[in-house]
Parts: sequence; C-alpha cells; structure tokens
Amino acid sequence: MSTAQVAVTTKKDWTSDQEVRWCPGCGDYGILLAVQQLMPELGVAPENTVFVSGIGCSSRFPYYMNTYGMHSIHGRAPAIATGIATARPDLDVWVITGDGDGLSIGGNHLIHALRRNVNINILLFNNRIYGLTKGQYSPTSEVGKVTKSTPVGSVDAPFNPLSVALGAEASFVARTHDLDRKHMQETFRAAHAHNGASFVEIYQNCNVFNDGQFSDITKKTNRENMMIDLVHGEPILFGPDRERGVMQGTDGFLHIVEVADVGLDQILIHDEKNDRPSLAFALARLNDDDHSPTPFGVFRNIQRSEYAQAVSDQVVAASERRGPGDLGELLASNGTWTVG
Amino acid sequence: MTDTIERSDTAGNDRVLDHLVVRFAGDSGDGMQLTGDRFTSVSASFGNDLSTLPDFPAEIRAPAGTVNGVSAFQVNIADHEITTPGDEPNVLVAMNPAALKADLHRLEVGGTVIVNEDSFDARDLSKAGYVDSSDEPVNPLEDGTLNGYRVLKVPMTSLTKEVCEPLGVKPRDAERSKNFFALGLVSWMYTRPTEPTEEWIGQKFAKNEQVAAANTAAFRAGFNFGETTEAVGHRYEVRPATLPAGTYTSITGNQALSWGLVAAGQLAKLPITLGSYPITPASDILHELSKHKHFGIRTVQAEDEIAAVGVALGASFAGHLGITTTSGPGVALKSETISLAVAIELPLLIIDIQRGGPSTGLPTKTEASDLNIALYGRHGESPLPVVASKSPADCFHAAIEAARIALKYRTPVILLSDGYLANGSEPWKLPDVDSLPDISVPFATGTNHVDDDGNEEFWPYLRDPETLARPWAIPGTPGLMHRVGGLEKADGTGNIDYTPQNHERMTELREAKVAAVTADIPPTEVEGDVDADVLVLGWGSTWAAIDAAVQRRRRVGVKVAKAHIAHLSPLPPDLGDLLRRYRKVIVPELNRGQLAHLLRGTYLIDIISVSKIQGLPFKSREIEAAIDAAIESLGADSEGGAS
Repeated sequence: MSTAQVAVTTKKDWTSDQEVRWCPGCGDYGILLAVQQLMPELGVAPENTVFVSGIGCSSRFPYYMNTYGMHSIHGRAPAIATGIATARPDLDVWVITGDGDGLSIGGNHLIHALRRNVNINILLFNNRIYGLTKGQYSPTSEVGKVTKSTPVGSVDAPFNPLSVALGAEASFVARTHDLDRKHMQETFRAAHAHNGASFVEIYQNCNVFNDGQFSDITKKTNRENMMIDLVHGEPILFGPDRERGVMQGTDGFLHIVEVADVGLDQILIHDEKNDRPSLAFALARLNDDDHSPTPFGVFRNIQRSEYAQAVSDQVVAASERRGPGDLGELLASNGTWTVG
Repeated sequence: MTDTIERSDTAGNDRVLDHLVVRFAGDSGDGMQLTGDRFTSVSASFGNDLSTLPDFPAEIRAPAGTVNGVSAFQVNIADHEITTPGDEPNVLVAMNPAALKADLHRLEVGGTVIVNEDSFDARDLSKAGYVDSSDEPVNPLEDGTLNGYRVLKVPMTSLTKEVCEPLGVKPRDAERSKNFFALGLVSWMYTRPTEPTEEWIGQKFAKNEQVAAANTAAFRAGFNFGETTEAVGHRYEVRPATLPAGTYTSITGNQALSWGLVAAGQLAKLPITLGSYPITPASDILHELSKHKHFGIRTVQAEDEIAAVGVALGASFAGHLGITTTSGPGVALKSETISLAVAIELPLLIIDIQRGGPSTGLPTKTEASDLNIALYGRHGESPLPVVASKSPADCFHAAIEAARIALKYRTPVILLSDGYLANGSEPWKLPDVDSLPDISVPFATGTNHVDDDGNEEFWPYLRDPETLARPWAIPGTPGLMHRVGGLEKADGTGNIDYTPQNHERMTELREAKVAAVTADIPPTEVEGDVDADVLVLGWGSTWAAIDAAVQRRRRVGVKVAKAHIAHLSPLPPDLGDLLRRYRKVIVPELNRGQLAHLLRGTYLIDIISVSKIQGLPFKSREIEAAIDAAIESLGADSEGGAS
C-alpha cells in the first residue's frame, strides 16, 4: 500500500454527516472518537477504506465513518470483508463486530477469517451483553448472569475471545478498553500496521444493560493494580511501583508474583513475535474473571502468508504463465470437430 | 410407442440404425462413467448427435456388488438431431448381477443385454439380491428372467485377465481393465472408430505404462471378441448426423455454465470472484473456475454456504462480478445474504444446480423443485430475477444472460440449472466469440446531485430512470464514499429512513426494477402447429423431453405446439396472451407443479400440471401421453357441453 501520495486528512474528513445514535454514555462513543482521530495518522485515504459490520449496537459504526461502508447482516461481516479484501487487496478493510455478532452467530466466519489470515482489522466490542435486543446474556457473559432471558442466572460457560482468536491461528491478537483513547489508538495503529488478520478485543461498557462490567479493572483508580500492560521485549510488570509481575513457574503455568519475592530476572519477558502461541494463550487466560489483574496490549503479532495477496499472486502467476485469457481458446479446449 | 430403433435405411440394409441408446451399468468401482464418456466422445467426433445421462449413487463407494452401488451412464447417439438421452436403452451392458437387477427394467422390450458372465457367481448373485425364498442364489441368466431379450454372455473378467497376463499385469490389477473390454466389444458392435480411444488411453495413462498397456489390450480384446465370435452377430452402424455447419465440441452443463461465467467476466470487462462451498452437483463449477485464474478469476472455497455468498457480495461491492454456486440446501442457507443484496442493490449471481430434495434428499439425482425457493425464498418483499437453462450447452448462454441482468439492474439473479443438465453432455456448436454481447456497465465516477446550497454530492440511491438501477460506486473512487446496509434507506440519499411512506416507495421501486427486466426479454418462440389447441410450456431441462415428445406426436399427425421460457422472474411480457391462445396448456415439471401454480395465479388460466419427482428426467413418452390425454379431454369437453 503506497502512502506517499495520500492527501493530508483530518478527523473531519473521516466523519460522516450522520447523527450518532448510541445511548448517551455508551462506550461506543469513545471507540468511534479514537478511530476517527487515528485515521488521519495512518497514511490512508478515506476512499480506499472500507468499514464492514454485522448487526448489533457496535455495528452501527460504519454509518458514522466517511468511508465506504457496509452494515451487513448478523455475524457475516468477516465473510463479506473477506470478499472485499480478496477482490481488492489495495483496500484498507476494517470489521466492526461485537461479542454476540462475532462470537455467537458469526463465530464460524470469525475463526475462518483469522485462520486464512485475510488482511482485515477486526475490532470486537465486548460488552458481555446483547444491547440492541435490550439485555440478554451473550457468549462472553459470566456464568450465573441474570438477564431478561436468564432470570435465575445463565448456565452457559463463556468464551474468552482472545483464546478463541489464538485457537483460530490468529496472527495478531490484542486487547484494549474504551476508557483509554490513547491505548486504543496505539493498539489499532499496531493492528493496522499488521499484514494479515488483526483481532482486537475492546472491553466496552454498556451503561444501560451491563453497566460497570469492567469497572474493577478499567476504572482509573483501579488500573494500576488491575491492568497489566504488555510491552514487547519488556518484563511483564504492573502495580503502582511495578512491584508485581508475571512469572512462568516450573509447572509451566503463569503466575502473578511479587517481584521482591522472585527477583526481576524471573519475570517473563513479553514476546509478541513468538511463533508458538502457547505463552500468548496463557496470558490471555491469566485473568479468570473481571475482578483480577488483566493483561492489555498486543498478545501476539507474527508474520505469515496473507490470504488476499496469496490469492492475487496466483492470479498474476497464471496470467504470466498462460497469457491473458482467450475465450476462443477456452471454448476449443475440449477438442473440436467441424461439420460442413 | 417406445423409443426403439425405428427404421431400416432406404436400401433395406437392416444394419443401419437411425439412433442407438446404450446404458453402461456396473459397480461404482467398475469405471462405467469413464466407459460411457469414451463411447460418447468417440461418437461425437464421429459426427453423431448425442445426449447423455450419467446416473450414479450418492455414496462414493457403496458396498461393492450391491444394487445401491450401481453406477450407470446412458448415451443416445443418432444420425439426426436429438435432445434426450433416450427413454429406454436398446442395449444394456451389465458388468455384474446388481447392474442387471438395477437396470433391466429400463431396457426396451426385446433389447440387447450384454453381461459380464464371470460376475454371475453365487457370491455376487446373493449380494445383488438374486436369491430364492430360502436365500439360495438364483441365476437370472438361467432362470428365464431374460426371456425375450437378446442376451450376450461374455466372460469379460477372465478374458481380460488372460489378455493381460503376457504383459506381466497381476490378475487383480488386470481385472480393473474389464470396462475397456466392454467398451471394445460395444465399439465393434456399433462400428465405432477405435483409434481415438487407443490414443486417449495412451495419453490418459501416460504415467503408468503398464496400466495403459492393459487397458489397450483389454479394449482390443473386446473389439476382437465381437469380430470373431459368431454369437455377437451383426454389426450395426449409426451414421453421422447432418448437423448445421460449424465447429463443435462436446460439453457438459456444468462446464458450459462455468465457461459462460468466464465469458460473462470477459464481456463485462470485470474480474470475477467466486465464493463457493462444495456441494453436489455444483462443485464442478468451483473446480472448473479454479483452473482459469488467468482470466482474472479468484475463487474462494469458503467455510460454509453463508460465507460463500458473503464473499461474492463483498466482491461485488468492491467492483468484481461476484458469483456463488450451490444447490438447494445452499440456497436456503444463503437466503439472508441474498435479501441483503436485494436491499443494497448490487449485482450478484447465485447459481443453483438443483437436485432432489427436501434436505439432503437425492444429492446425485436431478429435480427442478427449487423454483419456489428461487422466486420466494427470502424474508420480506424481496423480488429478484430468475433465469433457467434448458440444455447442457444452453448453460453457457444462460450464465451470460443471468450476469447481464445482474449487472444492468444491480440486482441478485438466481440461475437455475439441475443435476441432469450439469452432468449430461451434448455436442455444442461453438458460438462466434466476437458475436457475444457486450454486457459491461459503467461504475459511478462522480457526484450526481446538487443540494439546496449548491454543493455537489453523491446519492447512492439515485436511480437510472429507465432501468431503475442505482449507481455502482466502488471503493477507491474519491468523493463517492457511501454506506450501504440492510436497514431501509431513503429514496435517493440512501440514508437510514424508517418513515412509512418511504418504505412503501422503496418496496415498490425494488419491485419495479425487477419488472423492468421484461424490456429485455425477447418474444416467446412457439414451435409446432399454428392451429394447435394444445400447448406444452416448459422451463429448464424439460426442454429435451418436450421437444422429442412434440416432434413425435406431430410426426403421427397430432396437432400440438410448444414453447419454452428461460425467464421465470419476471415472466416474459407476452406469456399471458400466448397461453390464452390455447384451449389446453400442459406444463411438465420435475417438481409438484411449481410453475403451473405460478401461471394459474398470475394469468388465471387453468394449467395441466404434469409432475415427475423420481430423480430422473422426463421420458418423452410420458409427455406424449399427457399430450394425448389433453387432446382427448378436448373431445370430452365439447361432448360434455358447458361443464
């Protein structure tokens, strides 16, 4: 993708004339603002950018971006985006989805887009609830959640979105949250720079149907103790004085430890480029609920063959080998005979 | 009135046939499709007109030797133009007892049965179910089952093993060449040239010389067996047909359809993206298009049917000709995305190679029962154009026509073919490539509206006044950024709009746009007697049987006419008037009368629905019977007075 000739744009150039219609106080506003502010910095033109979404509150997103966009059908955005990216590897393609859209009805498309490593950026707004249909539990809701459809508590075990993505062979996996615009923008920037499918889980507050789901972690006063910032090549430390860290035990599992107890050299150095996904998977599962220290940032960021380009390369190679298609030649290719 | 060999030639030479129907039947592992295919190719290049009907089980390998595992290939070759694979075979080649059991009932009375005698042992007889009440095997070659047929008992397996032995081929391997023995024998009996087959064997098995040698030896042995064994009797001949002058090739419906799609891309000057999920009997189109990447064709084998159509629609949004290929169950899964395509008004081709349903149904057998789902199988008011192909070669032109409509009117189009057309083959007079239509449409390049303040803007739903198509503005075009989606859009601007009047207007506009396609539909052609009281109206693959039936009734002086429609939605604008010109209208369909219902509802005309739902195409005889019954009822109507 050439960035040289792209005209300078501002947030205004990326903002459509449509009135934003999320509930007042919704976490989606913060994400939209982060994206609209970030886009001018990415060196791409609005006309070469496509936002595709499914159905759900988050999926209204494309209407608010002054780019090409499609508000498609429930769960299918990754499949449609795969078609767009495969037809046109020159485009910058983003998928906006949610925990219901991406992990329930559209789970199959999500995992296959990640497996194929199509060059699309998938932003999954995880609010652990169905908002648009007014408050049913979602595939990321915790067991026991009381909602309109589970009046005595849900009995479904939830998905961990990052585990799903890593299990689906995703080459880029990250987590951020709706209260930290700068962190979102750095995460989205890295996702955009990645050649291949990028998967970003965004902890997003639904202030109407699931208010405060992530507050124990993402509230400003809790962040130092509850958010673990992953920085490539750095020891994984957190706490007000970075006095706590993540260590790989002799049992092979990851543990949260006091640095003073084990020594800094025992703290795990974060390696997002590690070809093997096991440590990223362990980090993704470090927090077993929404009330314990939780890693944020880029978990995995590796290079492997990108689907749309590989498909395109085969088309180019065939054209070089066989020349441009000749219809007359094709029609005669079974062998012919002449009458009269 | 059966489909038997009809005449001696004028010189009184009884060894010349005007046509011949051969059915090769054997176990799934016996290579019957290959054998039939070879017989077909040789006959095609010899100059016969022909039509084929491959008939194979859904299982890849049902238990060997059982009736469920029988795979057959029927081919009709003629010295004149024909359209069907023949009602009843004149010759049945049965490689084992199961094949005889499965197919003997199809053979014409007094027809020829060629059996592989070696296979009629106690074990194979039992597996085929030729047993008496105490489960003891009973041999149909000996118990009178074949009385009235001309029977040739040939020990094909042992003769093949014998001829392969000097080549150093193990008996077990040699046995696999016995289909070529059968082909050789039939080739001798019906005077087929041998060189093309020997050449073909050499090329096909070039990588394994021993197999090539064994097959060639078996083929020659079969041929020589015919020549030297008195029991085989006369040789027969089917002379070349006098087809219109031109260059011909032999083609199956799925290949013709694939090439039609390739051509559509070229004629539209657009790259193609195919999203597909493997499904019988449509998978061959995915295979074929995957071979032609140098035409700018991208194929995506998607994770499921829904993703497949999603990929195609995404590609269309991005400016490609987006195509998805499937069969009935896949159409059901794609339904929601097709409705989205109706709403966002983008070109999209959905190819449905119909098979027996419901559910998995008869995956390898033909049926035309997806007309209703094609017409109506979506939520909301979601009209779209539907086109159907009528013969294997016609699939080429039908694909171009479907693409033309999709592009011109920015709409999803469903093209219906079926298993019979997909796998059947016929000679095809190649079209002049330069005469194919230009179906290209322009992309939007600039703004199309000025707002009240004099600002130029782009309205994605501002329609062409004639076609009612909206502009196709593809990503990468500066200044035309816009959003489409499933929510109802305001007429013109395309912004979300839930107002009652707007929804009604948009619904009417979408309907009117599909109706506008009638402007391009040529007058419906009627063939047959101008003063006929009875019309046979067909769609899809019934064309062949209707054509044969009408010709045969007319040959004996029955007055009857026929018409065939390719456009099922919208229907041809002249169709209502046309139907009203006849006292009786017969509509044969491989379903329970889906078009008949539509015609009754649309035109308030009574229709005689002739239904067949056996996984098989119509025999022309079945349609002839319907014609006779309709004519008879005319007499009864007049006699009965005002009823």
